[in-house]
Amino acid sequence: MVKALASSGFCAAGFALVLLASSAGRLSAQTDCLACHGDQSMQDSNGHSIAVDGKTFADSIHGSMKCNDCHTTIKEYPHPDQVTKVECKGCHADEATGLAGSVHADSKEHPCTSCHGSAHTIFPKTDSRSNVYPLNVPRTCGQCHSTAGMAEKHGLASVYPSYMDSIHGFALSKEGLLVAANCQSCHGSHHILSRKDPASPTNKANIAQTCGNCHAKIKDDYMGGVHGKAVAGGNMNAPVCTDCHTAHSILQPTEAAFRMQSTPICGSCHKDKLSTYRDTFHSQLGSLGGYVETARCWDCHGAHEILPTSDPRSPVNPANLVVTCGKCHAGANLSFVQYQPHANAHDRKLNPALYFVRLFMNILLIGTLTFFVIHTLLWLIRARYNQIKEKSKDGGKNA
Amino acid sequence: MEGKMPDLVQEAEESRRHGGPVRFFMRFTREQRYMHAVLFSTFLGLAGTGLPLRFSESIWARGLAKGVGGFGAILFFHKFCAVVLTIAFLIHLREIFTRGIAHRDWSVFWGPNSMVANWKDAKDLFGHLRWFVGLGPRPQFDRYAYWEKFDYWAVFWGMIVIGFSGYAMWFAPFFAHFLPGWALNAVLVIHSEEGLLAILFIFSIHFVNTHLRPDSFPMDMVVFTGVESEEEFAHKRPLEYERLKREGKLEGRLGEAPQTWLINFSRVVGTIAILIGLTLLVLTLTAYFS
Repeated sequence: MVKALASSGFCAAGFALVLLASSAGRLSAQTDCLACHGDQSMQDSNGHSIAVDGKTFADSIHGSMKCNDCHTTIKEYPHPDQVTKVECKGCHADEATGLAGSVHADSKEHPCTSCHGSAHTIFPKTDSRSNVYPLNVPRTCGQCHSTAGMAEKHGLASVYPSYMDSIHGFALSKEGLLVAANCQSCHGSHHILSRKDPASPTNKANIAQTCGNCHAKIKDDYMGGVHGKAVAGGNMNAPVCTDCHTAHSILQPTEAAFRMQSTPICGSCHKDKLSTYRDTFHSQLGSLGGYVETARCWDCHGAHEILPTSDPRSPVNPANLVVTCGKCHAGANLSFVQYQPHANAHDRKLNPALYFVRLFMNILLIGTLTFFVIHTLLWLIRARYNQIKEKSKDGGKNA
Repeated sequence: MEGKMPDLVQEAEESRRHGGPVRFFMRFTREQRYMHAVLFSTFLGLAGTGLPLRFSESIWARGLAKGVGGFGAILFFHKFCAVVLTIAFLIHLREIFTRGIAHRDWSVFWGPNSMVANWKDAKDLFGHLRWFVGLGPRPQFDRYAYWEKFDYWAVFWGMIVIGFSGYAMWFAPFFAHFLPGWALNAVLVIHSEEGLLAILFIFSIHFVNTHLRPDSFPMDMVVFTGVESEEEFAHKRPLEYERLKREGKLEGRLGEAPQTWLINFSRVVGTIAILIGLTLLVLTLTAYFS
């Protein structure tokens, strides 16, 4: 308190000089205000700093503006203790309109400054000092979207750590790639909408377009495949990019972890195919991890431009099987590709030979074991009975 | 028939009681014992690496795979054991060929020293079953009893079936030159079902029949030491004992008493093998029924 009074006194002295120079008492330049507010220890009666670093402010995007361009109610000195809140929308009308219709519309929690930082240190988004510089965006959004509080309050997952460990997060934080997707590349910036909103770039119907902004070729491939056509035709059960790759924890597709996690994703719709795949050596090897080479769904079917088997361009079209299987199995020939990666040993009509082989092996297994289990149990009982009856004559000590 | 057996045992016991040292008789040659050692070591290796594959969805399979450095390591070890076992099998085939064909030793194919089943084995099986339930006397066995022949042929057949189907998967593009397409699907079913049968059979039936039954409990050391005591010989294989005695060839089969270190070593190795086997058996059964 003493300090505040002292600085007020100092301030008054400063202004006295200014008043001598401009008899009208009008404030017209930053220097007028900075004469007081340039003191870094200056606080209001609530103890909040009301200091402004003149040098940083001069560097900032608003550096050429006068203080009362924003603090419009302050025309002259001395000014009232309570100043009205600065409204950014006076200049930034489009952004303010966007924000007003967005998920961040309750601006008490989300004033411009919570993303852009302190009002006097706002830099252009191309400046690495800016909070919304591409490399800084995840950290800025992560201030809120990495906390358990967000999850409790809005039912939102803590996406920041997932993102930072993703291929996008790595590209951004490790490689410093400005083109790596950050939060706003997919979600937008001011007009962020819930993914439930049909206009949102993260709405299921728009995902392919959103990812396609960068991944243009893959988007075209996808749109030409069965899944892309289904989604375009309004079938929202078909997968879009994020159904397989996830939204935030996107992994490098050649990584073991991704190869391990995605087969069940395809299988969540293609249940019968997953079940028959599970019976094969491909799956048995693949399930144990650390061995990424075994064929997963997309190694044979393609990943983005998945075509029906009947399509001559499909890698699983009979005409292409030698090439497709040959990617892993050097020397694959026409006979080799007769192998059925989705054979069902329980389907007599579809795979009769396999059905009877399995049946024979099962009968052999169950028959042999049943007979010998009974045989051996009876033997055990009888031998033990004899041993007890004959007491010490246990058939001799071995060796 | 049954009357003879206790007499033989008594004779043997009496000779010991009257100051005679315990006599040991050869049952298996050194080569046969080594063959068994290679067989059970590689079999344990194959079972231990094959089961995680068969039940790759189970937690212990993934844990094991992770523990040995991922699946690449498991498959490598599986193939390594397979190759060693294949070589052992080929050596055995050459042995049979040399003795049976080249040296015209027909006893390899017929008679009491042959593994080929005969009419007596069928009678012994039914006689044994009758004895189990108290309907008849205990059959007298010769050198190889019917369940021992079954064990032998089960392994012989299993080796061919599992081996062939395994190599067909390993070198699938090559085998595809002369196998139909569906056979490439079938070999996995055959390999895994026959492998499962072998594992379940060895780790339950063979273990009990040969090692854990009261006559041999806790393990039959003869396959490790090569010799067994006269008393045990006379009790377990009275027909052979009597025949050798009658033909005056019994002394020709006399062997040295096994060294203490060999017995201890064999006990440790045998116990480890049986424990590994029983562990795998429990894991298999839990995975199979879950």
